[in-house]
Amino acid sequence: MTKLPKMVSIKRIVQETPNIKTYYLEHKMNAKPGQFAMLWLPDIDEKPFTLTAKGKECAVTVQCKGKFTKAMCDLKEGGKIGIRGPYGNGFSTEEVKKVCIIAGGCGAAPVLLLAEQFKKKGIDLSVILGAKTGKECLFKERLGKTTKNLYITTDDGSLGEKGYATSMLEKLLAKQKFDIVFGCGPEPMMKKAFEICERKGIECQLNLERYMRCGFGVCGACALGKWLVCKDGPVFKSEQLREMPEFGEKALLKSGKEVSLKEFAEWRQ
Amino acid sequence: MSLEIDFAGLKLKNPTVLASGVLGTSAALMKRVFEEGGAGAITMKSIGPEERAGHANPSVLELEHGLLNAVGLPSPGYKNMEEEWNELEERKFPLIASIYGASVEEFVEVSKFVAEKKPDAIEVNISCPNTQEHGQIFGVNETASAEVVSSVKKEIGKIPLIAKLTPQAPNIAAIASACEKAEANAICAINTVAGMAIDIDARKPILCNKFGGISGPAIKPVGIKCVYQIFKAVKIPILGMGGISSGRDAIEYIQAGATAVGIGSGVYYQGIGVFEKVCREMKEWIKENEVKSLEEIRGCAHG
Ligand SMILES: Cc1cc2nc3c(=O)[nH]c(=O)nc-3n(C[C@H](O)[C@H](O)[C@H](O)COP(=O)(O)O)c2cc1C
Ligand code: FES
Repeated sequence: MTKLPKMVSIKRIVQETPNIKTYYLEHKMNAKPGQFAMLWLPDIDEKPFTLTAKGKECAVTVQCKGKFTKAMCDLKEGGKIGIRGPYGNGFSTEEVKKVCIIAGGCGAAPVLLLAEQFKKKGIDLSVILGAKTGKECLFKERLGKTTKNLYITTDDGSLGEKGYATSMLEKLLAKQKFDIVFGCGPEPMMKKAFEICERKGIECQLNLERYMRCGFGVCGACALGKWLVCKDGPVFKSEQLREMPEFGEKALLKSGKEVSLKEFAEWRQ
Repeated sequence: MSLEIDFAGLKLKNPTVLASGVLGTSAALMKRVFEEGGAGAITMKSIGPEERAGHANPSVLELEHGLLNAVGLPSPGYKNMEEEWNELEERKFPLIASIYGASVEEFVEVSKFVAEKKPDAIEVNISCPNTQEHGQIFGVNETASAEVVSSVKKEIGKIPLIAKLTPQAPNIAAIASACEKAEANAICAINTVAGMAIDIDARKPILCNKFGGISGPAIKPVGIKCVYQIFKAVKIPILGMGGISSGRDAIEYIQAGATAVGIGSGVYYQGIGVFEKVCREMKEWIKENEVKSLEEIRGCAHG
């Protein structure tokens, strides 16, 4: 556990898609799949990122879009960045046998270590990976190595099947049963996936996102109803999602003002 | 023995109170801190006159012996909280609304609106070290503190007013006394102690705001001293806080003179259940020491 941010070197950078890169850091961090770290760029900002490699060389995967991530994307190998963590609960993987993972866009990042862990344990795994285009399809090779059942969907049909990841989930569920569905992606997609699973009586664990400050359950910035995304989450189970009227609907801005998820998403951009 | 107390007219099932700025960001979360956490009362995150984003991150850090924060009074602004107020109307717990402003007029404006929502008490935050434009801390000056308190009291009428003080005041007992004369019904002490941390590898302050407020175990001796001095100076009850996370910490504050005890950073060290834990440990100490009532030990360190 690294409590205060620690300045570490960027060991290597891997270009994953045209605008997504993975940063391998000279820093040891042991974490469960789904846990996250807070990354700090002095004079710029500090933000949470899910871990896409753990152990001796931990890694985060970053899409260059905002002020912070653009500054990060300007960093070269050997550059320095502050890191603290890991935080959050991570996915619980006890007693699961037949598993489906559904990921959309950057949502492939938090489930990557999870899929790799399942592969190692020899668990029956299916992965649905959704993206806007084939080029933007994150971690398709690495996820492809974890299972023979990788289903890719793209909005423009440039790779895999044209359409939504959630439609693919419905299609799979029409033919087979899973013990559990793990997911990460844009919240409207997560909500849809949850509703589909509820109708079929299948358990879910979904990785959600909110604005964070402390990352360790004190400031309340990340409140999602009665839960804290940084501490009780970021992974929530069906029993919690059922009691979460804000899920897919509402989120708090940096000021603490509650707004629609749409307004929140626009602000995050 | 029951830990029930009367604090400035509020009947609390126990003396532990959630401190302002910790977890008090949603009605559902406040309910959880009461029901699951076991707090006797809940203080909301401080509410300001306008929507305010607060400072950029890093804004909350864990140091060796406490937390350092510069969240910078983020607030939706009192006008943007309608749904939360609606949810809070059906609450089953004592609710303290904390308010702030950059001027007496702003304090009055916020208190007027908040009073209509009928919280069980209003805490006037004249002590936050975290904001530049609100930088002139009212709480370091007797006249300024008294002016805020008396002006707000006029607006809120019968609702108990708690003045929240800063240990940065050169003479905190004099400030407490001035607030009492201005008709405050209780004193809350202490807010965080100003501090800073530098990352020597980055060669930069870690907090985006550079300076922040220290809370947690590091400031307990500061809080104890302040409460001890305030107890000597005023008759109104004191909500003591700063570094409480065990029953012994709470008893120490009570012996210094506190009636109720606030817990903020303790949530980090012990989880949401810290309130129940503190109460359980208080009861154990009380039993072992054959104490009949909390009254018996309140201020007993004064001899
Ligand atoms: C993250 C954080 C935010 C805070 N925000 C406020 C606030 O908005 N208003 C206020 O009066 N005090 C605020 N405080 C101060 C606490 O209410 C309390 O006075 C202080 O932390 C000392 O208690 P503790 O050691 O139990 O945390 C904040 C403290 C922390 C740690
Ligand atoms: S980010 Fe502070 S409580 Fe979650």
